[in-house]
Amino acid sequence: MTSPLEQKTRITGPVVVTANRLGDGAVVYRTLDGHWTTHLAQAAVVTTAPAASELLAGAVADDLGAVGAYVAPVRLNKDGGVQPGNLRESIRHSGPTIDLPGILGF
Amino acid sequence: MYLYDDFDRTLVAERVAEFRDQVRRRLSGELSEDEFKLLRLMNGVYLQLHAYMLRIAIPYGTLSSQQLRTLGHVARRYDRNYGHFTTRQNIQFNWIKLEELPDAMADLARAGLHGMQTSGNCVRNITTDQWAAVAPDEIEDPRIWAEILRQHLTLHPEFSFLPRKFKIAVTAAAHDRAAVRVHDIGLRLHSNGSGEVGFEVVVGGGLGRTPFVGKTIKPFLPKRDLLSYVEAILRVYNQFGRRDNIYKARIKILVHDLGAEAFAKEVDAEWQPIRDGALALDPALIAEVTARFRYPDYAELDDNPSEVAQARASDRRFANWLGNSVANHKVSGHAIVTLSLKPEGGPPGDATAEQMDAIADLADRYSFGEIRVGHEQNLVLPHVEQRELPALWRALDKVGVATPNIGLVSDIISCPGLDYCSLANTRSIPVAQELTRRFRDLDLARDLGRLHINISGCINACGHHHVGHIGLLGVEKNGEEYFQVTIGGRADENAELGALVGPAVPYAEVADVVEDIVAAYLELRERPNEIFLDTVKRVGVEPFKERVYAAR
Repeated sequence: MTSPLEQKTRITGPVVVTANRLGDGAVVYRTLDGHWTTHLAQAAVVTTAPAASELLAGAVADDLGAVGAYVAPVRLNKDGGVQPGNLRESIRHSGPTIDLPGILGF
Repeated sequence: MYLYDDFDRTLVAERVAEFRDQVRRRLSGELSEDEFKLLRLMNGVYLQLHAYMLRIAIPYGTLSSQQLRTLGHVARRYDRNYGHFTTRQNIQFNWIKLEELPDAMADLARAGLHGMQTSGNCVRNITTDQWAAVAPDEIEDPRIWAEILRQHLTLHPEFSFLPRKFKIAVTAAAHDRAAVRVHDIGLRLHSNGSGEVGFEVVVGGGLGRTPFVGKTIKPFLPKRDLLSYVEAILRVYNQFGRRDNIYKARIKILVHDLGAEAFAKEVDAEWQPIRDGALALDPALIAEVTARFRYPDYAELDDNPSEVAQARASDRRFANWLGNSVANHKVSGHAIVTLSLKPEGGPPGDATAEQMDAIADLADRYSFGEIRVGHEQNLVLPHVEQRELPALWRALDKVGVATPNIGLVSDIISCPGLDYCSLANTRSIPVAQELTRRFRDLDLARDLGRLHINISGCINACGHHHVGHIGLLGVEKNGEEYFQVTIGGRADENAELGALVGPAVPYAEVADVVEDIVAAYLELRERPNEIFLDTVKRVGVEPFKERVYAAR
């Protein structure tokens, strides 16, 4: 399988680097200072392929912090807020779009 | 029930200890993710969108009440209080933490449960008819053969790195409830002309990206030859299966490319030298495995007791449930009861920890402590005395698993889809939920008769959409969710792949489209008992296509 670092980074807008935290699988985002956060608002947002590749390289090197790092699109609000860029990332960010079982009754 | 022996218990316990050490080494950095991934997958641990997912095998779909309680305990202690029964007689927990997985696995192991053979390119959990040993149309208990195969193929070193995953299903009934013709190997027990029971061997079935109905390569295989013949098939596949292209790696591609006849010749050449060797099944071994299955000591009872007749006459809801969810048992005075995990608005196949506990208690009280899991994502109490049906129904109703929709339009088979799965293109569960609301009228559902809707959120087809009477396949178009619609598929003894109705429709319209197809069926059917499949067979796809696309 091709390593994420060997994949050509194509960027058409703002992106973040995201992965799953090793210990519990939680969705995390790479920060500017080389850490991971569960808050998208604290993620490093970059807009160029070299910057995304650099951010991804740091994320992939941190094999103990999180796994499966990749570049994901985001949308920027007028107020500077960051939103997931597609449905898959929205679901990763906010959880399933359905009520989890147990809410229905019994 | 099958009773594990010391060998099984030791194997499972040792596996937990190994995995505990592997997790420790991964969390400490001794193992990289690349090194660890293969190890976790060999224990049924995936990484999904939000968390790790643990898949646990339920061999041949048989669970004891103690095992179901253990699953409830794992749901409560380590997950978010529910589990998801899959289309292959497994259960999945969607929110489990890697740090806690060894403890969860240790708890499961104490009940004889594990995640071996539920992932990776090995022979996966061997499935069978959820009505095994109780169905009136059955020739013998197919689980004995599934168990013999399980014992032989679990952690089999030669078959732990096949070109791709490998799924085997066994049935012994005239009506195939195990979908054997869409498995890599399907085995159908039947009697030959001289009264001997053996296997029809079907190979190369499967769904996914390139669906095929399997081909019969051996119309009658004596029982003694089961292991050697399956081993020969696996060897041919291991040698010639495509390892260069994951999309062409399943045995169905090999069987298709070679042709069934040529494939059978290869298998025969591999089989002849080994058929009389160590793999020839010794009758003593068969007897030993058979003896480890415990069957209930049924009371001698008559059919149709007065308690049921009275309840049927006085309570329409009970009568509807009785007509829908209760099937004939091979022993008089008894019944097979299917528990619907498809309530209106519910995710198909999900059960809460409280439901698992309650069902386990009801199994102890009414079904000799035994529960079955079917590939349709429902549960079964297989040994219920008919006279207890009214009391059992009241209890099941309280638990929320007595929706009388078994085999009807709202008994939807669905994969987890994009709400959980990292492979999915679209969501599946919300579509299923919306359809259960559209078809909440159970009188209409009964009038429609047998009608299976299957939903997959991607081409991997975990929702078996190709064999749904109505199949919905989620595809992504320019970042939007769309669904391809097929009709006329079936997974039974007359298995067929559905035919595409037309261009994919947007997510927001898919429930409308299904309603249109159902409305068209109601207009097209020749008589009230012509089921949907028969109407499609008679008139073809075109009238449905016109109905769906005329207004779009």
